[in-house]
Amino acid sequence: MEKREPAAVKINDPWNSLKQFTDARIALGRAGSSIPLKQELEFKLAHAHARDAVYSLLNNEHLIKAISPLDLPLLQLHSQAGNRQQYLQRPDLGRLLDNTSSQLVKDYANANDICIILADGLSAGAINDHAAELLENLIPLLKGVNYKLSPICLAGQARVAIGDEIAYGLQAKFSVVLIGERPGLSAADSIGAYLTYYPKPGLTDESRNCVSNIRKQGLSFHLAAEKIFYLIQEAFKRKLSGVELKDNAGLLDS
Amino acid sequence: MAYQHTIHQQVYRFNDLKDLLAKATPFRTGDALAGICAASYEERVAAQITLADVPLKTFLNETVIPYETDEITRLIIDSHNSQAFQPIAHLTTGEFRDWLLNEETDGLVLQQLKMGITPEMAAAVSKLMRNQDLIAVAKKCEVVTCFRNTIGLKGHLSTRLQPNHPTDDPKGIAASIIDGLLYGSGDAVIGINPATDSPAGVMNLLNLIDTVRQQFDIPTQSCVLSHITTTIGLINSGAPVDLCFQSIAGTQQTNTSFGVNLALLDEAYDATLSLNRGTKGNNVMYFETGQGSSLSANAHHGVDQQTCEARAYSVARKYNPLLVNTVVGFIGPEYLYDGKQIIRAALEDHFCGKLLGLPMGVDICYTNHAEADQDDMDNLLTLLGVAGCNFIMGIPGSDDIMLNYQSTSFHDALYLRKVLGLRPAPEFEQWLIKQGITDEKGKLAQTQLMTRMIDHLF
Repeated sequence: MEKREPAAVKINDPWNSLKQFTDARIALGRAGSSIPLKQELEFKLAHAHARDAVYSLLNNEHLIKAISPLDLPLLQLHSQAGNRQQYLQRPDLGRLLDNTSSQLVKDYANANDICIILADGLSAGAINDHAAELLENLIPLLKGVNYKLSPICLAGQARVAIGDEIAYGLQAKFSVVLIGERPGLSAADSIGAYLTYYPKPGLTDESRNCVSNIRKQGLSFHLAAEKIFYLIQEAFKRKLSGVELKDNAGLLDS
Repeated sequence: MAYQHTIHQQVYRFNDLKDLLAKATPFRTGDALAGICAASYEERVAAQITLADVPLKTFLNETVIPYETDEITRLIIDSHNSQAFQPIAHLTTGEFRDWLLNEETDGLVLQQLKMGITPEMAAAVSKLMRNQDLIAVAKKCEVVTCFRNTIGLKGHLSTRLQPNHPTDDPKGIAASIIDGLLYGSGDAVIGINPATDSPAGVMNLLNLIDTVRQQFDIPTQSCVLSHITTTIGLINSGAPVDLCFQSIAGTQQTNTSFGVNLALLDEAYDATLSLNRGTKGNNVMYFETGQGSSLSANAHHGVDQQTCEARAYSVARKYNPLLVNTVVGFIGPEYLYDGKQIIRAALEDHFCGKLLGLPMGVDICYTNHAEADQDDMDNLLTLLGVAGCNFIMGIPGSDDIMLNYQSTSFHDALYLRKVLGLRPAPEFEQWLIKQGITDEKGKLAQTQLMTRMIDHLF
């Protein structure tokens, strides 16, 4: 009797070569019309990494050491959210400084141009691993045009809007909040930069500009620094930030 | 006006309509965060019993946010059609729930009723409904919209192909577009969330999709989901804008936080209509919403997040949108904590939207800080397929590498079409068959299109 080859249980996609252009989960192949098990388990593992990133903590000791070559004073601050569980359910507390921190901010108030805040957000690991390199690219640009910088602030259990209270308290004209973004599956270590002209408590999203996906395989630290620098200069020139301030840097290049 | 109900000598008092609505809402973290939810299970049911006795007419006389201070309240009241309201004018909220489930209340009846229903009535009745009620009534509604194809016909399920890339790299985006098209995705729209809202960047992406669409004669539409002011600017500079996108919410103050208002939406709607690019129809707007946005913007006025969400639908329906997408699990666990809350919210949004006459789709999604996983999304996906959801997202392997969240994959849509016998938009289905991507039964086939697309795009 003629022996027949069993039908393939998994069908591969012939456009595998396109994977070189993106980290997206393309050309997964299929079992029937469903995702094959191997790819399913890869997804599950990535989700496990992201879940772990959400529960990571700022490593202040490491960060202080890593940014010490920049020679800027540094403040260690904390929000009113006592722990991660509370942080996840009470974003309002993550936007407010605790008593010790708000006193510290008052003590360091001094009319400056720009205040940079490093916040854990939803991935402290992103800040632990990459904030120093981003600052190494950004700070020289800012110093090059003589912006006066406030102390660098490290904010634990913090959300974006905590930057408003910090920068306002420090009397800075502009805030740059570098925060660990919500982890995705292929990137659990991405930094977002939120830029606000004349920050003060009570501002909402339309007052800010955002540069997102700052990480090694995303928007590089060098390009991110240039983009942030461009937006800061535009904001000071036009005396505003937010939806009215467009990133036209791309137009200037062409 | 105050309401009250007594259970075993315990008197439950509700200060006004919005308090009653909030306390009658099935539990979710967002309402707890806002400090407006019921304090106990008993209080919640007391509120539901009380709400069931509230006449629908009350919603026309008592607003949850003052008419004088909120343009969306004004829109709701001023656009209410009292003639369309007549068939239900004599009902209480509870009777309305029973009436909706009647056999006689069919799709045609609901279609004629829509401008007689206010968002608050829809939200109120949904609070008295179980998940199966929300599914059963939504399934009766057929909301059909057209641009270059026909979306929302009964028995059809469309997908938004969402080929996002963290740096908007055109080749990266093109790779995901090809992957999606070859899996039969993209009949609702090929829609990119740009990483940065730069007009030059958005223009490049619009040109990229438009070229592919024309080269391969794909009966679908494109959209780059930039801020409305960016889109207006691009329309004025001659960009190929099919659909105008905007995130909207149910209070004026929330929309202000999004940098948008009704006058701006009017302007964008007129500008997009004037391009006249639709071939099958002229539904040119694409809106996204989601429970919790008003609380997030600190602009909820003490109104529960589901009622705020329903109010956003009155904004949407003013502009005859092609697509309305509730991005239900994106906002995070402080608003919808886990799979149970996300599923309930999605069914509420889909029901309220459909009842108000909107072409509802759902971004069936979760973030990595929510207590949810793929199994929860499978449940919701299947429920929404049964409920007749117009469209869902299609993302390579469920993983959006730009927005950092998980939604439905191209494979998920194929699963749903297969188990429920659903088909793509008719024009798009014909295209898939003609290109050899699927056979007549929707089964994926080997196609020569891949080579041609790769040659064209790379």
